[in-house]
Amino acid sequence: MKEIVHYLNQFYGQIGGEEFADQTPIIRDGPIGPGVALQSLLAEEAQITSTIICGDNYFADHQDEALEKILALIDEKRPEMLIAGPGFNAGRYGLACGTVCDAVKSKFSIPVLTALYPENPGAEMFKKTVYIVKAPISAAGMKKVMPAMGKLALKLLRGEEIGFPEEEGYIPQGFRINVHTEKNGAERGVDMLIKKLRGEPFTTELPMPVFDRVVPAPALKDLAHAKIALITSGGIVPQGNPDHIESANASLYGIYDITGLDNLTADKYMTVHGGYDPVYATEDPNRVLPLDAMRAIEREGGFGELYNHYYATVGNTTAVSNAKRYAEEIAQDMLRNQIQAAILTST
Amino acid sequence: MELIDKTKEETMKLTLNKFHVKDIRFAEQSSFANGILYIDKKDLAAYLMEDSNIQSVDFDIARPGESVRIVPIKDVIQPRYKKSGSGQIFPGYVGDVETVGNGETNVLEECCVATSGKIVAFQEGIIDMCGLGAEFNSFSKMNILVPLIQPIDGIDKHTHEATVRIAGLKTAAYMAKLSLALAPDEVETFEHESILEMGAKYPDLPKVVYVDMVQCQGLMHDTYIYGLNVKGILSTLIGPLEVLDGAIVSGNCAAPGHKNATIHHENNPIIMDLLRRHGKELCFVGVLLSNESAMLKEKMRAAYYTSNLSALLGVDGMIISEEGGGNPETDLMLNCRFHEQRGIKTVLVTDEYCGRDGASQGLADVTPEADAVITNGNGNQFVVLPKMDRVIGDIETARVITGGNANSIGADGTLSVEIAAIMGSCCEMGYERMTTRLR
Repeated sequence: MKEIVHYLNQFYGQIGGEEFADQTPIIRDGPIGPGVALQSLLAEEAQITSTIICGDNYFADHQDEALEKILALIDEKRPEMLIAGPGFNAGRYGLACGTVCDAVKSKFSIPVLTALYPENPGAEMFKKTVYIVKAPISAAGMKKVMPAMGKLALKLLRGEEIGFPEEEGYIPQGFRINVHTEKNGAERGVDMLIKKLRGEPFTTELPMPVFDRVVPAPALKDLAHAKIALITSGGIVPQGNPDHIESANASLYGIYDITGLDNLTADKYMTVHGGYDPVYATEDPNRVLPLDAMRAIEREGGFGELYNHYYATVGNTTAVSNAKRYAEEIAQDMLRNQIQAAILTST
Repeated sequence: MELIDKTKEETMKLTLNKFHVKDIRFAEQSSFANGILYIDKKDLAAYLMEDSNIQSVDFDIARPGESVRIVPIKDVIQPRYKKSGSGQIFPGYVGDVETVGNGETNVLEECCVATSGKIVAFQEGIIDMCGLGAEFNSFSKMNILVPLIQPIDGIDKHTHEATVRIAGLKTAAYMAKLSLALAPDEVETFEHESILEMGAKYPDLPKVVYVDMVQCQGLMHDTYIYGLNVKGILSTLIGPLEVLDGAIVSGNCAAPGHKNATIHHENNPIIMDLLRRHGKELCFVGVLLSNESAMLKEKMRAAYYTSNLSALLGVDGMIISEEGGGNPETDLMLNCRFHEQRGIKTVLVTDEYCGRDGASQGLADVTPEADAVITNGNGNQFVVLPKMDRVIGDIETARVITGGNANSIGADGTLSVEIAAIMGSCCEMGYERMTTRLR
């Protein structure tokens, strides 16, 4: 019988709700929660020997430590497979499922599997390296996702060839693979044309990727009277991170008042970005959000005025769809505040 | 007084007399009997050596399933010869410039010519007759005569290319001519009315044209119509039956995986399929040649004028095939956009270069109107082809051709290449049976 370790968060691991989200990684014998249903699907072929449980916040806030502990637990058990979730559309949990699967796969070279809602940031991040079964948006779809997970888990355990996403139920990994067809390309093309002419549904073989070409705005004509804003995806926020912007895959952005401030000092500002060495930004937050330089130029009359707030988010594995939404909202806010230009700093 | 001559022939008719070739053998005298094509090397060599740019020529034969690799290959041509009708096959080369596309044409099936010899440029390809490589094209299932052409010393590359191109066409014509006195194994007749006639005949069928994009970007990238280089032509209209008689000839290699060889033109699968459905599911008006220059202004001119011709003809829809990749994607997308903007529905036929793992963006240009696209595969797929017992040509060239690299030739005789190196693997006329799927 092949041995599987299952990864769950504090909720599905039956520790408790959000109040237990700081739970450090622990291990329990046998299947728990969704693992029980999964075990029944694996029948006699495989056994969930243990379940690792970690709180969502603990994983998000202490990813390195959490991962280290989880990998150590796996190392003790040496299973033949790791299954995580399903994480549905839970952001922190989904990221944890993907991260754990990816790390286990690369460290132990064993098959891994999770199940997430396709728009879960964890799916976007890890679909290329981890088989992620397409899960419904919430746990109400638990019964729906389980059979596909069980089936794919067994195939992976047996080392069988994995079919295409439509057949196996996983989220497309984004690889275009050559396959032989019954009809030649010309006949398929004429078939498609006839359908298109008749107004019947057809499926293109190559959806056009969207090239997101941003046309730069024309240069400012009157810099002397321009109101300019600072925007950063480098995660510079007031100490304490009042809006709780996440360190990765941020779900929001903040707007912070800098009226009368000459520069950002380390006692009042910090970075919450989880994707770069924070030491230098922590020492001097102006390195990421150059308020000091902007004030100097402002004093010299280099431009009209600096807008008295700045916009900040964390551009670390942030889904493009989210980033686009932030940009649209920030742009609207800038228009309302009659700002003519912005300087965007990344990391 | 009768103003209309009702007896005037309004329909073009071309009959393909098909002969299945079971084998090619060298013999004392050239002939074709019981499906066996016998070739007198000396006689054929003497015919080809009429071109004073050829210093010497030898021939080799590759058969389906044999452990044989041919490299480098410039063009692949199907043997055809006209038995009746106006003009002769490959007008401008074998035939004079008289219009072709009617009468009877003898065709040797399961048989082709693959021109080889000293390499002209790195856009030359590979055919493997067995193993993994054989799965990527139809040529591996054919009996192949390979002329190995050695040009005279000091020949310039353009003349070298033309010499080999013409020798290939002459070889193909020579072979099919041997069948003239014989009864074919199979006959297929295509009929195609004049445009006004078909408009009256099929008022309720959608009017469709085929836009055949042909490359004209210089050495190993040129295409010829009735012997004329398409470089500099304004988009033009040509009858589909003319193409089947070799009116379009490839001087072109692009990447071997997605160049349109002469055999692809002769058997243009889009034309063949449209002809077979003509009068039933659609009304196939004709073929528009839209050239692919390297210059943006010329790309614009070609696409604008092709869309103008489409509008003059009053068509409802079209299939557009690309040749090559990279900058020709701009021609493809411009043709798509300009036609869709005129309300003419388009289907595009292309291939992709989306990296060895298939994860990258596979086209160099896109347009949102391109909502109906056929892909014939990812040319970046990396394959290790097994050792072959015999190589026709020069295996060393595999290191320099498209899809190959300095380390392509393994010590064990294997050949590691991207399938772009395999002749016709991702043919953008949809000649083969391959596509990509997202996983």
